[in-house]
Amino acid sequence: MSAAPAPQPAADPALSAEPAASAATATTTATATATATLLAGPRPVELRLLLTPPPPRRAWRLVLARMGAMCAVELQKLRHDRTELYTRAVQPALWLLIFGETFTRIRAIPTGGIPYLDYLAPGIIAQSAMFIAIFYGIMIIWERDSGVLTKLLVTPTPRAALVTGKAFAAGVKSVIQALVVVVIAALLGVALTWNPLRLLGVAVVVVLGSAFFSCLSMSIAGIVLTRDRLMGIGQAITMPLFFGSNALYPVSVMPGWLQAVSKANPLSYEVDALRGLLLGIPSHLGADFAVLTVAAALGVTAASLLLGRLAK
Amino acid sequence: MTTSPSPDAAAPAVQCSGLTYSFGATRAVDGLDLTVAQGEVFGLLGPNGAGKTTAIRAITTLLPVPAGMVTVFGLDCARKRMQVRRLLGYVPQQLSADSGLTGRENVELFARVFDVPRSERRERVDEALAAVDLTEAAGRLAGTYSGGMVRRLELAQALVSAPRLLILDEPTIGLDPLARAGVWDCIAQVRAATGMSVLVTTHYMDEADEHCGRVALMHRGRIRAMGPPADLRAELAAQLGADPDRVSLEDVFRHHAGAGLTGADRPDEGGDFRDVRRSRAAARR
Repeated sequence: MSAAPAPQPAADPALSAEPAASAATATTTATATATATLLAGPRPVELRLLLTPPPPRRAWRLVLARMGAMCAVELQKLRHDRTELYTRAVQPALWLLIFGETFTRIRAIPTGGIPYLDYLAPGIIAQSAMFIAIFYGIMIIWERDSGVLTKLLVTPTPRAALVTGKAFAAGVKSVIQALVVVVIAALLGVALTWNPLRLLGVAVVVVLGSAFFSCLSMSIAGIVLTRDRLMGIGQAITMPLFFGSNALYPVSVMPGWLQAVSKANPLSYEVDALRGLLLGIPSHLGADFAVLTVAAALGVTAASLLLGRLAK
Repeated sequence: MTTSPSPDAAAPAVQCSGLTYSFGATRAVDGLDLTVAQGEVFGLLGPNGAGKTTAIRAITTLLPVPAGMVTVFGLDCARKRMQVRRLLGYVPQQLSADSGLTGRENVELFARVFDVPRSERRERVDEALAAVDLTEAAGRLAGTYSGGMVRRLELAQALVSAPRLLILDEPTIGLDPLARAGVWDCIAQVRAATGMSVLVTTHYMDEADEHCGRVALMHRGRIRAMGPPADLRAELAAQLGADPDRVSLEDVFRHHAGAGLTGADRPDEGGDFRDVRRSRAAARR
């Protein structure tokens, strides 16, 4: 079908009509202008496809479509403005360069025989992905304030589908971030795998982890409702999540109570899986994937239930 | 077409029967009875805090109202949310296009979330953009648009799913006179082309008089008068023995509500904080 030519000619007369109308307003009121435009006969619009509503999708296909829609938006935004991509690369680069290089020389942390920088790299990948996801709720609050969220809620999108879409959009953003950190780590000489299947596994782990942390953030957004409070809480929980995990040091060097915290912390499972996949060191991939999947599912449930509070 | 929502062909576009909704102790909508016929432009008028937006939120399935209070084309808004939403095009009060996306991408998003098949997406988006006269600006980021352009973009977003009922909450708030005329122009053209029903809230009485087939004057959660603007004006003129042309819709409102639209002569505070914040957010854009 050749659709483009049909609507095109209709657009031109109206474009030229606008300055003409502007000249007329100088002396008359707004309503008079409106009347004039209407009496002059508005340009006819031809709507062919827009006369029939699209057929609905069902169940899981609808959820997949919403995930696709939200991910597309995230990628389009990133294409228009890459500033965030660059600025967010700075912190992980500094962690690897300063912290990583220093602790590699100190040899204070038992890493099971691999250089500390190698040991650290998966931890920093998980950390930088988490930082993106943990502030995702701020975007939801912005969307609430700007009316975008309300508009999305009036579309045939169940809340759980909307939250799932957003969670995976955060995941897509995190995967791109992870890719940047992988490249930085490789440049610093970390011996990472280049096996495409393992890298695919890395992407899945990062998406699941980010889905959980973004849902945690959206849930908190649904409770606290304002950007300022969410910022405060986000700052307050990122550090304990990071230091209370195995990102920087193995769980075995932690005091007992912190080991317990680390066991309940999804970030630890994300890091464990990333180490196994990227470095090929022994890890618990099955358990890691299971914990991350369950955590993401629980996160989606909690955030969907709390989203209604933002919509009120 | 094998669409699952089976709206009643004879049912009114919107029917509210005794719609009541409270926020805590504040009864925002208090027994609203309202019927919007298919194909008409219906204006819901009133000052900030009159309950217009709450009524809209009930009709758009955003508020949990009991079954039987609100139906859209015969479908109950409490029970058939998804089906009702497929019939609606909604433009909220705020200028709500995503400033980080282009005009085209903004419309594409709504084509996606309304399940427009990939094969028709491009054509539908083109048509919607052309209908609101944004074909040439479609490639620019919405953040660079003027207020009137954002409003027209939002119309395109609402139109891309071929809704049968267009709901506009204060569509011309914060716009300059020329942009206001442009937005109404677009609405009129689209309605002429599709025959869709339009439910619009506004507190600009002159616009309602000009563009609405029927209006309902709302004050403190209740409807004080309803009918075609000319009839309402003629009625009051006859009552006062005045020249009908010199009686405005604002006079009619003042007569029925016992208060003007500015809120200066109302004893209680008008509009809640969120209203203020919203109109400020809209004004900032």
